[in-house]
Amino acid sequence: MLAQIGVDSVGDLFEQIPEAVRLGRPLDLPDGRSEAEVYELLSALAARNADAESETCFLGAGMYDHYVPAIVDAITQRSEFLTPYTPYQPEISQGGLQVMFEFQTAMSELTALPLSSAGLYEGPSSVASAGYLAMAATKRRRFVVSRTVHPHSRETLATYSQGYGAETCEVGIADGLTDASALAEAVDDETAAIFLQSPNFLGAVEDVEELGEAARAHGALVIVATDPMTLGVLRPPGECGADVAVGEGQPLGNRLDYGGPSFGFFCAREEHIRRMPGRIAGETEDVDGRRGFVLALQTREQHIRREKATHNICTAQALNALGAMVHLTWLGRQGYRELGELLVRRTEYARQKLGAVDGVGLLHTAPVAREFAVTVDAPVDRVLDFCAERGVAAGYPLGRDYREYDAGLLVAITERRTREEIDRLADVLGEAVKATGSRVPEEAAA
Amino acid sequence: MSAQGTTPSPPMQQDKVLTIFERSKAGRRAAQIPDADVPETPLEELIPAKLLRSEAPRLPEVAEPEIVRHYNRLSRRNFDLDSGFYPLGSCTMKHNPRLNERVAALPGHARLHPGQEPRRAQGALELMWLLQESLSEICGLPHVSLQPSAGSHGELAGLLLTRAFHEDRGVERTKVLTPDTAHGTNPASVTMAGYEVVKVATNEAGGVDMDDLRAKVSEDVACLMLTNPNTLGVFDENIEEMARLIHEVGGTLYYDGANLNAVMGKSRPGDMGFDIVHVNLHKSFSQPHGGGGPGAGPIAVSERIEPFLPRPQVVRRESSGNGSGPSHFFDLDLDRPKSIGRLRGFQGNFGVFVRSYAYILSLGGDGLTEASETAVLNANYLKARLAQGRAGEQLPVAFDRHCMHEFVLSGAPMKRNLGIKTLDLAKRLLDHGYHPPTVYFPLLVDEALMVEPTETETKETLDGFADAVDQILAEAAEDPEVAQNAPYSTPVRRLDEVKATRQPVVRQPLDEG
Repeated sequence: MLAQIGVDSVGDLFEQIPEAVRLGRPLDLPDGRSEAEVYELLSALAARNADAESETCFLGAGMYDHYVPAIVDAITQRSEFLTPYTPYQPEISQGGLQVMFEFQTAMSELTALPLSSAGLYEGPSSVASAGYLAMAATKRRRFVVSRTVHPHSRETLATYSQGYGAETCEVGIADGLTDASALAEAVDDETAAIFLQSPNFLGAVEDVEELGEAARAHGALVIVATDPMTLGVLRPPGECGADVAVGEGQPLGNRLDYGGPSFGFFCAREEHIRRMPGRIAGETEDVDGRRGFVLALQTREQHIRREKATHNICTAQALNALGAMVHLTWLGRQGYRELGELLVRRTEYARQKLGAVDGVGLLHTAPVAREFAVTVDAPVDRVLDFCAERGVAAGYPLGRDYREYDAGLLVAITERRTREEIDRLADVLGEAVKATGSRVPEEAAA
Repeated sequence: MSAQGTTPSPPMQQDKVLTIFERSKAGRRAAQIPDADVPETPLEELIPAKLLRSEAPRLPEVAEPEIVRHYNRLSRRNFDLDSGFYPLGSCTMKHNPRLNERVAALPGHARLHPGQEPRRAQGALELMWLLQESLSEICGLPHVSLQPSAGSHGELAGLLLTRAFHEDRGVERTKVLTPDTAHGTNPASVTMAGYEVVKVATNEAGGVDMDDLRAKVSEDVACLMLTNPNTLGVFDENIEEMARLIHEVGGTLYYDGANLNAVMGKSRPGDMGFDIVHVNLHKSFSQPHGGGGPGAGPIAVSERIEPFLPRPQVVRRESSGNGSGPSHFFDLDLDRPKSIGRLRGFQGNFGVFVRSYAYILSLGGDGLTEASETAVLNANYLKARLAQGRAGEQLPVAFDRHCMHEFVLSGAPMKRNLGIKTLDLAKRLLDHGYHPPTVYFPLLVDEALMVEPTETETKETLDGFADAVDQILAEAAEDPEVAQNAPYSTPVRRLDEVKATRQPVVRQPLDEG
């Protein structure tokens, strides 16, 4: 090979790197290891995590311990889906492109909005991308954001806003829901969009239609973040007057993976078709009249439009969207609805059960779908430690994100959390409050 | 696969293309939902009726065997890296070791909730910290944030860091310089970050035109974004001078790490003077591409940029305590007053971190260096091998010098002499069982063809590809129409992309009810 190139050594090929910027020493990293050794090392690290297999997980806050059916792994691990690049050559990418088209159809059905992109990175950055679209659509630079929107989404929106130059105004919470009158007051003729989430971060189902009226009166867009596992039973954003529906896709066919990779979805009304972020597959025909799919509307995209693109996104989450599509198909129309009903009923059961425990109260009484918030009459950290020692991840401490809820705990339900597990949570939580409420127990002090 | 000409349609082309929605029959299903095992209260008693959905969304109703067949059938309509050579320039389509999939799927990784208290996620945080340390060494920069979800997300992060850096010093900057050879994501990210793009020209050696750069460097410049080696596969020898010029006016230097695969263990962006680097874990560090993601785009930064890194940051803290436990533990640092804030939810694409860290452990420092050496050897060999045949005349190298991990050919002579365009050559390569190189990029090369073979290909594969290109050129000299109408053997032939954009159909229409 060297002879063909006409050099004496591989080193000669690196001569073009100026001497001063050559490393000139080996990388200070360990030597390579055999496959078995790497497996053992990583397996030992994995064993130091308290995962949902080794404890009963009531953690949610945007990502949930749903059962991912075996068929999802079988299909997403096929080389033909796992190893190609983005479908730039449509003739040999029909599988992936058709999956995108099917995914777009499914997300459009779920949200009741006509347009869906083929997927963005994940939930909170999708919320921020919706802000970018709203600015382009309205030529305004002010966002009104409910404090019931996921704190990570609000923070990500704020991060992106530093770049595209938007200002954000937050609206407070009344009994678990967006304060409607404060929202109406905050929206003005400079407002590009209002941002809502339903079910919101505290688990409560918002009345998006009513909250959206203030936005419509001022020509602002209504952007709604939602949980795609609840849309079999909850009225979808598109029927509630939302202009854009976004969210975290993890509950559909994706593992917890300590937070990613999952995917974000982005659905919108027809008029935004040329402002959408991310890839979009479209149907067309080949020269022989055969049905086929291509990346459509590429004139929005960075590789064509460069600085005039509607977004900078390139590699996103195609494989994760495939997982969602397979999971949704496996659930099917009936199963998807039944699962939603199960979540609502078990959540209600859990909420009543926990609400009846001494030292535990409901943080709000608004209707909920799959997650709810309680308060505990004891330091939350100690309560959580006590429960963890008994194999229960009792919930997500709201004090991490809301100073006003430092006694709050967010409890999430999935189809994996049985009635027995919920009963046990109530028992353990009751013991925990008793043990940690008035005195410092030995376990927590250690 | 040999040249097909106009033989009968292959079997795949005779498949009737149906979406899963068109395979749906009311009442069929796959999933069995567990019994709720709690009171079956009507939903209207739990949630006000106006907040409930009246009709279930029209998801497909299909039994499991047909779901499996449908997606298996679709999978066969994809070309993938495991089936053949994929020399897509700038995408680094190297082999994806399956060990990485196995370790990512361990329950301790796959079923770890991101909201888990850090003390009960020590293995995950340690893995992230170790990956940060490894990338820091590879990039030659002291601090790393793993948070960005892909390269372009890393670019946006880098530009927001640049903005925060300047604002912290009380200066306002408006412009970001990018070479005309830059990836499209660079200018798109610049716009999203609220800056104006200023393009810098390329010189006759394929590097940045230093006179043009000098003319455009000013106190308005926030940042220079570069990739080195650049998208022409050329290492810019003037890098030190560029770094000096930008730093002199107080700007930052951003490195697009898409091409890091050329220089691991050879040269480090930090040593070249860069302040911010993004690393595509789905390129150099073997995360499978998934047909368009997932990926991850961690950033490594210099000391002066560190205060602004996104939060949370994974840190190692010394234990206080009585000395009986471990001497340190890992934590998420949220207390970062100058941080630009979050770029996304939770801690990043952790599953990608597991795969890439497994890759780094497997190769080790020497192995990574050898990977870059072999990537550069393979690219130069393929370049030389092509030049020896008809491509030497019809598809000359855009900048004739030793390349790094990729090189760019120009199809302009081919178009002029043989009447076939780069697109035709690319489509004809499909009939030969190859994924074509990146086409029509970078923009400054006429009829560009950007070839990146990667280190995981054999000499035989490279020879086979060079022979196929040669055959296509020979065939075009006889009859250009064969390539002009290619491909023939693929599931579909050339598709009408204009129609898909003019009259977009972006979802399956469904019957009511």
